[in-house]
Amino acid sequence: MIADKAVQSMGPLFTNPDPDEARKYFHSKSRTKTDKLMNLKDAVERFVCDGDYLAIGGFGTNRTPIAACQEIVRQGKKNMGFAGHTSTHDFQILAAGEVFNRVDIAYIIGLEARGMSPCAKSYMESGRVKICEWSNFSLAARLKAAAMGIPFLPTRNMMGTDTFRYSAGKTMICPFTDKTLALQPALYPDVSVIHVHEADITGNCRIRGIVISDDDLARASKKLIITTERLIHNDEIRNDPARTVIPYYLVDAVCEVPYGAYPTGMPYEYYSDEKHLKQWLTVQKNPTAFKSFLKSNIYDCPDHAAYIELSGGIDRIQELRAKELLLHKEEIHAEL
Amino acid sequence: MQNYNIMELMICVAARELGNGRTAGIGTGAPCAAALLAQKTIAPNLVIMFESGGVDPILPELPVSVGDSRTFHRAIMAGTMFEIMQTCSRGMVDYAILGGAQIDMYGNINSTMLGKDYFKPAVRLPGSGGANDFASLCWRTIIMSVQERKRLVSKLDFITAPGWLEGGESRAQSGLPLDTGPYRVITNMAVMDFEPESKWMRVISINPGYTFDDIQTNCEFELLKAPRIFTTKPPTALELRVLRDEIDPNRIIIGR
Repeated sequence: MIADKAVQSMGPLFTNPDPDEARKYFHSKSRTKTDKLMNLKDAVERFVCDGDYLAIGGFGTNRTPIAACQEIVRQGKKNMGFAGHTSTHDFQILAAGEVFNRVDIAYIIGLEARGMSPCAKSYMESGRVKICEWSNFSLAARLKAAAMGIPFLPTRNMMGTDTFRYSAGKTMICPFTDKTLALQPALYPDVSVIHVHEADITGNCRIRGIVISDDDLARASKKLIITTERLIHNDEIRNDPARTVIPYYLVDAVCEVPYGAYPTGMPYEYYSDEKHLKQWLTVQKNPTAFKSFLKSNIYDCPDHAAYIELSGGIDRIQELRAKELLLHKEEIHAEL
Repeated sequence: MQNYNIMELMICVAARELGNGRTAGIGTGAPCAAALLAQKTIAPNLVIMFESGGVDPILPELPVSVGDSRTFHRAIMAGTMFEIMQTCSRGMVDYAILGGAQIDMYGNINSTMLGKDYFKPAVRLPGSGGANDFASLCWRTIIMSVQERKRLVSKLDFITAPGWLEGGESRAQSGLPLDTGPYRVITNMAVMDFEPESKWMRVISINPGYTFDDIQTNCEFELLKAPRIFTTKPPTALELRVLRDEIDPNRIIIGR
């Protein structure tokens, strides 16, 4: 059968898929309903360690925890692993800070139709980053396997391609049907950051709109930092418990960061700041200008609020809110 | 004198391949414009799914990102990536529309890297994203590409997303779901399908203003000819009006 004779994969496995090792960690994880509120600087200092494998919630330029990415760069974290699950603006920020040295790739470097990120591209072409190839579904399945506490999930994608050959997946013959299956090894990130709409102080979280893979990511991660647009009372969580996407016992830190996804978009709150993203892509073409851009936009900003202020403050946010709510589209405005 | 550009033509031709009442896995850009055009012309009940979780949105305008809030605007569901992909895997998604930096005669697609050595790429590209998944799991893959020798190549630098792999029965033997695979290649010059036995790309329709020689000259591998080759119907006035006035009034895609 093809599983025996086919080229097996040659990519490196950056994380341990052993579910009993993971269980040992989760056994020791606190289940107490404590107040986990802290500022983002402290949360990153405490929970994001040099060398950790990092994963980021959201997708593309949507609900990505940009405040946390900038804080990670500001604190000069290094030698991290990273899961590039359609990672766009978050990826170029972390690449600019040379935060990671190994990446599981599904989609990196590009900002979709906006073009490629020169700094991310040159960092990935430098030979200084170890890579392993996957697809979006494969990474989603790897997180699902980890969330389930099993060592892998079988899927039917990737087979026969170089994406498989340069992954760390395997194939097997199904014992029930004799079909060849691709096996996606469980991915347990050391630490993840997810930006949500609402959370209480213990870490119960609500997300509006698409969840993408963040339900599984939250469950797969050993340490989890939540940044939230708003804090809500625990009573409000209990009034509508079906809306809880992430329960408190997965969460290590809750950080109140309004506009924490800016300049990426937050559903029902604010649209992505296309002008600012374009500025990012343009300024990178000139290394000197990019260095001073990073200094003023990341290193010299004490926190995300200062960055928002620098980027046009609440007036700019209001414009992006109007765009998100389609107030520029008259006919839709009339419907509302 | 033709009154449309190549992007408009490719979008119109792709839209006509999408059946009413079917489901399509869609990204941003030209594929999204094609799906919207189908919805507003021949396939009002075409259901669009975005890999990030949006199902059957009523798109108020073209999304800039495959997960932006437009992708689930007034949708029937805002779900998860796993939900979309398991739906593809279960056999309920009919079409995927994909593009790439390189395409070979079997409809395999490269969007990962250019160069001879994977570890020292001449150009690193974004990678699969959801392309491998859609090309593996949806019933029919429709590929959109500009017809150029550097894009339609004899050997890919990297197979990111599966076409018919090495042709013949190789895809069926690989473990990928049975009876899936590339269905059409839509370029600015022609429409191609794949010869049923060899799974080698062949011309089935030539776009107005081009000859078979033009198409062959702009393709590195030898193209087969279908027993009957048609002339592609140019965009109709209705298609162009809907595309220009309703779908892409700012010419974000059709102005490229």
